[in-house]
Amino acid sequence: MVTAKSFVEEIIKIENNIHLLKIYSPKIASEITPGQFLNIKVSDNFFPLLRRPFSICDVDEKFIYIMFNILGDGTKILARKRTGEELDILGPLGHGFKTEGNFDTAIIVAGGLGAAPFPLFTKQMSSLGKNIYSFIGGKSESDIITYGMNNTFISTDDGSFGFKGTVIELLNRNIKILQENKIKIFSCGPTPMLRALKEFCVKNNFDCEVSTESAMACGFGICQGCPIESESKKDKYLLVCKDGPVFNIKDVLI
Amino acid sequence: MNDIDLSVSIGPIKLRNPILLASGTVGYGNEMSEHIDLNKIGGIVTKSLSLKPRKGNPPQRIVETPAGMLNAIGLANVGVEVFLKEKIPFLKQFDVPLICNIAASSVDEYVECTKILTQEDFISAFEINVSCPNVKDGGLQFGNDISSVGKITAKVKAVTKKPVIIKLSPNVSYISEFAKVVKEEGGDAVSAINTLVGTSFNIITRRPKIYNVTGGLSGPAIKPVALAKVLEIKQKVEIPIIGIGGISNWQDVVEFMIAGSSAIQLGTINFVNPTAAIQIIDGLEQYCLHYGLKNISQLTGSYILK
Repeated sequence: MVTAKSFVEEIIKIENNIHLLKIYSPKIASEITPGQFLNIKVSDNFFPLLRRPFSICDVDEKFIYIMFNILGDGTKILARKRTGEELDILGPLGHGFKTEGNFDTAIIVAGGLGAAPFPLFTKQMSSLGKNIYSFIGGKSESDIITYGMNNTFISTDDGSFGFKGTVIELLNRNIKILQENKIKIFSCGPTPMLRALKEFCVKNNFDCEVSTESAMACGFGICQGCPIESESKKDKYLLVCKDGPVFNIKDVLI
Repeated sequence: MNDIDLSVSIGPIKLRNPILLASGTVGYGNEMSEHIDLNKIGGIVTKSLSLKPRKGNPPQRIVETPAGMLNAIGLANVGVEVFLKEKIPFLKQFDVPLICNIAASSVDEYVECTKILTQEDFISAFEINVSCPNVKDGGLQFGNDISSVGKITAKVKAVTKKPVIIKLSPNVSYISEFAKVVKEEGGDAVSAINTLVGTSFNIITRRPKIYNVTGGLSGPAIKPVALAKVLEIKQKVEIPIIGIGGISNWQDVVEFMIAGSSAIQLGTINFVNPTAAIQIIDGLEQYCLHYGLKNISQLTGSYILK
């Protein structure tokens, strides 16, 4: 984990108003595992004051990509960055996905911007020779992000794209793929989706890792601002930034 | 090298420079040591310690506000026993004064914690948190009551030979009255200020953004308030002051020292820029050099009001 001088290379607009920020940051890029995040200071003043956490979307040698949607003040400022501008980045932070292990098929379950960590993950899984199926859900077609993912299965709540229903329902309809392979599920997305996924995994006894999110300040464990309830230890919280953001779905209360 | 002397004294406590890291923004030192050389800073103030471990408040604990943030962590900490057993050994590898911050739900608990911790030689001093706004038992119920603050000061002083600093709440009409009672009861210094009580609502759900409903406001937004409180104490009471509140750069440190602080603590800025302490120490040295100050302590209370 370092704070390293990094530079904006370019901002690329991909599907559905989603932006990719390509950052030149050789030192941080060399240490990343899929599922880790960066804490970025988008301005050099007090507006906004705090850093913003972003999932690492992809790494290409000396470059890091993050995926974002313009939602608040921080991302508005980020979207206006020009090539060559310096960016103050802290990272890589947290624990990522455990990509090695006793499975031959990785099942991605992504909801909306929860797609962000999976391009790098997909690359790594492919290089490890694992099969990948990507289940991607959203409220509507405009929420669907497939960037950097293979073998996609799409669901939307309103049926405007792919299967009409939730991504967990879609997963359930394709349970054969899941049962016929040695699988492990990797997921990121909104809390209701993760809750339903947990139920699904417990019921079917599937191993699953989830990337969680939380409001946070520091990103490395000192502010204690991002607690998440542990399933086993009731006397203390885990921290999303330091103990996570990726947890085994059995270990946290979602 | 030059002959600038950045060392300061807070009553009996000698520091190599006036930069302390505030309680709750440096944990127990281990995470921060990955960012800065702890041997270079003035000192560390631990996360508030209580007699037993505390889980802290459920999420959401923090929310960003204009030039600041609200937090309601709820004194999550490992408790004194685990601190002594598991956290202090790591800190002992550094040559850095350690100030233990203590939080409690009763006067007896403050005394108990101090009694246990005072046996550890590595601890330089105690900072007594009578002003946490985020717990229902203890915290502000003491900090808002002059006689409680006096009682806690006297009772804690009675069980330790180490210096005792009382961390004061800004959520009172006259902070100097609290500083006065601390002095009368034998306290060695005061830290001013703790966070200001604030809240924030989600306009769609109409619910508070923070689980605890209110939180403590910190960051640059509170700097002018903190400065005024430091000045008020300096003008009314003769007691060393550790200035705290939104300090983000060396210029802020100079300002707090002019207003009356003997030393300062960096808080929220550690979350944003974990290397701030080192940059600030360098900046202070340059300031002293530029303005011909041989010893930075000359700045303390050097304001000219008229």
